[in-house]
Amino acid sequence: MAKKGSKNTATNPPTSYSFTKEQLKEIEALKAKYPEVQAVTLPVLWIAQDSFGHVNPDVQALVAKTLDLPESHVHGVAEFYTQYFKEPKGKHVLDVCTCLSCGLSGGVDIVRHLEKKLGINVGETTADGQFTLQEAECLGACGYAPMMQITNDVYVNHLTPEKVDKVLDQLISGSTPDFESIAMPLVDSTHTTKRGGSNE
Amino acid sequence: MSDWKSYEPTLIPNIEGMHQLDTYRKHGGYEALHSVLHDSKKWPDPSSVVQEVKDANIRGRGGAGFNAGLKWSFMPPADGGPRYLACNGDESEPGTFKDRKIFEYNPFLFIEGATIAAYAMSITTIYVYIRGEYRSWIKKMEKAVSDAYDAGLLGKNIMGSTFSVDLVLHSGAGAYICGEETSLLESLEGKRGYPRVKPPFPAQRGLWGRPTTINNIETLSNVPGVIRNGATWFKSIGAETHPGPILYGISGHVNRPGVYELPSGMPVMTLIEEVAQGVKDGKKLKAIIPGGSSTPILPAKDLENLTMDADALRGAGSMMGTAGMVVMDEDTDIVETLWRISKFYHHESCGQCTPCREGTGWLEKILEKVVKGEGTSRDLDLLLDITSQMEGRTICALADAAAWPVRYTISRFREEFEARCKPSLVPVG
Ligand SMILES: Cc1cc2nc3c(=O)[nH]c(=O)nc-3n(C[C@H](O)[C@H](O)[C@H](O)COP(=O)(O)O)c2cc1C
Ligand code: SF4
Ligand code: FES
Repeated sequence: MAKKGSKNTATNPPTSYSFTKEQLKEIEALKAKYPEVQAVTLPVLWIAQDSFGHVNPDVQALVAKTLDLPESHVHGVAEFYTQYFKEPKGKHVLDVCTCLSCGLSGGVDIVRHLEKKLGINVGETTADGQFTLQEAECLGACGYAPMMQITNDVYVNHLTPEKVDKVLDQLISGSTPDFESIAMPLVDSTHTTKRGGSNE
Repeated sequence: MSDWKSYEPTLIPNIEGMHQLDTYRKHGGYEALHSVLHDSKKWPDPSSVVQEVKDANIRGRGGAGFNAGLKWSFMPPADGGPRYLACNGDESEPGTFKDRKIFEYNPFLFIEGATIAAYAMSITTIYVYIRGEYRSWIKKMEKAVSDAYDAGLLGKNIMGSTFSVDLVLHSGAGAYICGEETSLLESLEGKRGYPRVKPPFPAQRGLWGRPTTINNIETLSNVPGVIRNGATWFKSIGAETHPGPILYGISGHVNRPGVYELPSGMPVMTLIEEVAQGVKDGKKLKAIIPGGSSTPILPAKDLENLTMDADALRGAGSMMGTAGMVVMDEDTDIVETLWRISKFYHHESCGQCTPCREGTGWLEKILEKVVKGEGTSRDLDLLLDITSQMEGRTICALADAAAWPVRYTISRFREEFEARCKPSLVPVG
């Protein structure tokens, strides 16, 4: 895999963080939905992570200041939940499920394939800052194993080494895989169904 | 049971575009809520709705199987202050992938069910907690919720009545424990998801110290059907003591894994052989985990006449759980599979209680040793010993959920564990 060309976001994060006017408005709207401001800690950490790519201690401090909550509270919450990145990660974070059903269906082989392909071990980031490889616990897609989630967003199901390679190429070229609508199987036939839940 | 082939799904019917409000309404959607709000002959007061749901015996689909209407009846009388419904869409028990089907294919059914529940319990705000990994499905729900608001089906004076309720979607951020109901409440309040000591129970002191009911997404999605067609109709579906439709999630070594809506009480072998079209690659069946990773494993020989309902499964030495069935073929490495399950529970323990924090760690560590062929049969006894020190001694049931698979997998497949072990070292004198 080529490791040149891209800026290494993993080692050169911006040094100061702030929310935009729109984001501050969004945060005010969130506060109105709960009786206490503390309740928006998780949603605001999400806004921060979507915007800055991680919630390192500086970002946690920004969240605390914005909400007028103790930094220790925001830090404790950020640490508790695995989806918050407490430090910058690769541009694309690959969470490969190796839990019960995925483990039975080749999830570990997919991890090994990615390790070889990316030249890193689980938990590491490629030198060009493009990919972080992680092992995930059950992601609620057990029937479509093995599978992975890309940077806390889209699920890619029914993985094979070939499909994984295609997804990597796609990510490198700057596009993200589409949401995969999985037709609900019908009980008494092998035909797919008319149901569509994902075509908006 | 042979009539399952003609069963008409009600939670996820095979109707194109059901996720759109106009299609949902064209097929009877919101008739139940309308009747509850406007037909005062049929529904004189909110408690009549609670009674109907109680009669239907919708047993909680989140894993514990508690009668939903009975749970609702524990809410204290309304006192004018805020009261909450927390909908549990955390869906993180390995083997479980059903609630997201409702978000995707029939979101308004769930929203209508939650709204009826809110009316029945005089709820002022509904919070829907969805695991953070389900971002794609949260987006679908955002659209559905906003459409429901625009159509006057949420918010002020719903369907022209005096009833008002708000619905707020809340994303988790990666923590299995937040599916435990009191951990979920902590997480909604913006804290780390440490389960609370009970009592007080959430109906007395829940979110922000106010009366709160927690229900699973699938549980609430059964409510509109019960209101529209009556408790008797609901009770006529499936197993008598565990009635209604079930979303069976079948995964592992089968030809056609997936989520299937069928009556409760389906024969396990029918689910495997006919619905999921058999074990993959023509192999033989070795065992199943019937309802998510915490439910005790059952060897193939015990499945002959077994049906999927709480009583039958308890009789067989397991549990219904979430009806997420994991199927394992003859070549499955049971020892390694158990180690992987234990690794999950160790990773997810919140660490508040010593027996759970330490116990889950030991289970994983000792099992890893056994997987590598470095264990002894004393280690197997030690594992069983650790499980008995974990069960029933902690704030929440995660410790039990971690202990059961170890206890029952070792006792039911002891030979396979022994075969992996070195002979016990006899101390030389
Ligand atoms: C460790 C643990 C994890 C749980 N995870 C979930 C979950 O992901 N979804 C769920 O609905 N219930 C989960 N439960 C069960 C809830 O505590 C609670 O019983 C349920 O949400 C109540 O809804 P119901 O009565 O409608 O099933 C979990 C329980 C425990 C002990
Ligand atoms: S049993 Fe485990 S998960 Fe539950 S509160 Fe105690 S330490 Fe936390
Ligand atoms: S085990 Fe991988 S998604 Fe559930």
